[in-house]
Amino acid sequence: MYRYDSIDQQIINERVAQYRGQIERNLAGTLSDDELRPLRLQNGLYIQRHGPMLRIAIPYGQLAAAQLRKLAEISRRYDRSIGHFTTRQNMQLNWPKFEETPEILGELATVEMHAVQTSGNCIRNITTDEFAGIAPDELTDPRPWCEVLRQWSTFHPEFAFLPRKFKIAVNAAAEDRAVIRAHDVGLEVIRDEAGELGVRVFAGGGLGRTPVIGKIVREFLPRKHLLSYLDALLRVYNRYGRRDNMYKARIKILVNALGVEEFSRQVEEEWSFLKDGPTTLTDDEFERIAAHFAPPAYETLPADNAAFLGAIASDKAFAAWVRRSVHAHKVSGYAAVTLSLKAPGAAPGDITDVQMEAVADLADRYSFGELRVSHEQNVVLTDVRKLDLYEVWKAARAHALATPNIGLLTDMICCPGGDLCALANARSIPIADAINKKFDDLDYIHDIGDISLNISGCMNSCGHHHVANIGILGVDKNSEEWYQITVGGQQGNTTTIGKVIGPSFYAEEVPQVIEALINVYLEQRTPSERFIDTFDRLGVEPFKERAYAGRDKRRPVKSANTVEETAHV
Amino acid sequence: MSKIIKNDRIVDDTWQVLKLAEGETAETVALPATPSLLPLAVWLARKDEILASNASFGVWLESGEGPETLAGDLDHFALIGVNFPKFADGRSYSTARLLRERYNYRGEIRAIGDVLQDQLFYMKRCGIDAFAVRADKDIEAALAGLRDFSETYQAAVDQPQPLFRRRAA
Repeated sequence: MYRYDSIDQQIINERVAQYRGQIERNLAGTLSDDELRPLRLQNGLYIQRHGPMLRIAIPYGQLAAAQLRKLAEISRRYDRSIGHFTTRQNMQLNWPKFEETPEILGELATVEMHAVQTSGNCIRNITTDEFAGIAPDELTDPRPWCEVLRQWSTFHPEFAFLPRKFKIAVNAAAEDRAVIRAHDVGLEVIRDEAGELGVRVFAGGGLGRTPVIGKIVREFLPRKHLLSYLDALLRVYNRYGRRDNMYKARIKILVNALGVEEFSRQVEEEWSFLKDGPTTLTDDEFERIAAHFAPPAYETLPADNAAFLGAIASDKAFAAWVRRSVHAHKVSGYAAVTLSLKAPGAAPGDITDVQMEAVADLADRYSFGELRVSHEQNVVLTDVRKLDLYEVWKAARAHALATPNIGLLTDMICCPGGDLCALANARSIPIADAINKKFDDLDYIHDIGDISLNISGCMNSCGHHHVANIGILGVDKNSEEWYQITVGGQQGNTTTIGKVIGPSFYAEEVPQVIEALINVYLEQRTPSERFIDTFDRLGVEPFKERAYAGRDKRRPVKSANTVEETAHV
Repeated sequence: MSKIIKNDRIVDDTWQVLKLAEGETAETVALPATPSLLPLAVWLARKDEILASNASFGVWLESGEGPETLAGDLDHFALIGVNFPKFADGRSYSTARLLRERYNYRGEIRAIGDVLQDQLFYMKRCGIDAFAVRADKDIEAALAGLRDFSETYQAAVDQPQPLFRRRAA
């Protein structure tokens, strides 16, 4: 993975000093709370429902074991011994003390970490495929591209105060695991006809209040032009994106207002002045960065391992875990392992200090000392020998990290919601918990099979509910928590926004509604169909009908005919 | 006399920023006799009159105005203001870079408006070389904001070569 040189380290150290000074000036009364706000946000610090929340950057989801140990130590010393992984592959601490945040950033800097631009109206943490570098279906490793972008976007002087936040994701695999079409800019690494590497550029995607699928603004951009083109694109957005209404300020609104052709034309025009300038990426620089991501010292191993196959045959629980949690690797004899942070009773994406240390130990012992965070809020060991999988499973199970539910109903993406987040309209974690309780039979959820269920506590859609097969959105109606359900969303190459099935539900109704939707699928599916396939074949009607069937008996509905607040306005 | 930061030092300054008051129009507002930054609209409406006067003048650009309409006139100005109506409005960063990098403007670019210590470093990188720090702030303290970082990744006005080209050298 990328390691800092003395310049990278100095920049981060200077950032800590700058932030420390800002907090001191705020406490001394010479920097007002309003003036501090954008500054602390660009260092990851929110002021939340119960106090501050610090969002620590994990660039493109990659961590070294030593970094995770430092996070464990920080969570113990400065928080409540727990961290929360987010859909931007970052980690949030929910209980730090305001005055201690400079100390935390100082600690992070000692392990080449920071909280730079994890919030605020700036270019946010770049995300990518959690299987980057090892996925059999990838064209090339996207991480060097991400690191190039990280350096370019870090303290970019022109784009620190954009109209709104700006999220970039990179995918270099046949199957998009980074949801690039739901980003302000999505970059798909491809080769042109001549074999040159470059990117297809999507812009104007995003979830939030107005979910939009990104549109192609450039079919092919050679790698060397990556940064100058993005400078041009960001400049057009910085100058012409709306600033009068924060709900209309994302780039998707600008792209839609201009039309994608006109937006692209303006970017091309701007780019014509910047193209081939000093920002043109050199092969030397790309190779310098790419060298940091050179494959580890893999052993030459047979594709299969007798002991591993034997353990699958003799241990049903292990076999079930392998089926869900073990993924193909491009190197023979190796596999990637997803450690589930979706154990029943735990808040999705939460990890304790003890678990962090256990994962760090597993990474050191079995996976070359590195790991990844997935946007689905799990942890991935990317380079495990198949012959070690049984040991990894046993160790993971001892720390409640081996729930065999990856890709299943209870592998929910879930934001912190109203329990913690000041923006939320409703709580999310109790909904996740109630669904876990309703679907507590592992055989049953294995029978349901591949499905995505995501929960967001408000329109900001941190839980990516729009692109889930079943999405749950918390809405506030007259100070009561209600939940709107969408069905049919998908991420990946066929990213689709789910359809709202109708008026929203009380919290207590949600598990039954989910069960009703699942029952339609179980009754109607053909042997080869996943939930989403059945939905695509049948359409929304049978699901909608079942969800509301007998509703009056379940709970009196106060305002069944009121107009729904919908995320699709 | 007010003070500004100019070329990394605190200096006395006599320039005034003319803003149209309620009811005033670009066509009718009285042109000041003292050195003044004029609104773009005043300049566009009364170029000949302004050029014929003996007063020192410059133009200031509101954050949404951009440099394009001024592009052909830059030789007339020793000083152009770029306004930050709120420090979180980042449009004038692009304006400043365009003035320097596209239109090769070599005179002074002065940040006016909500100009605060913690943005000075970015402003300087974008080619702003004078800073009318907000009057209620300690300008001595603000000066330190120009030196928050000793190294930067991107190419910009203050350092036309990105770090990766200098690292390689």
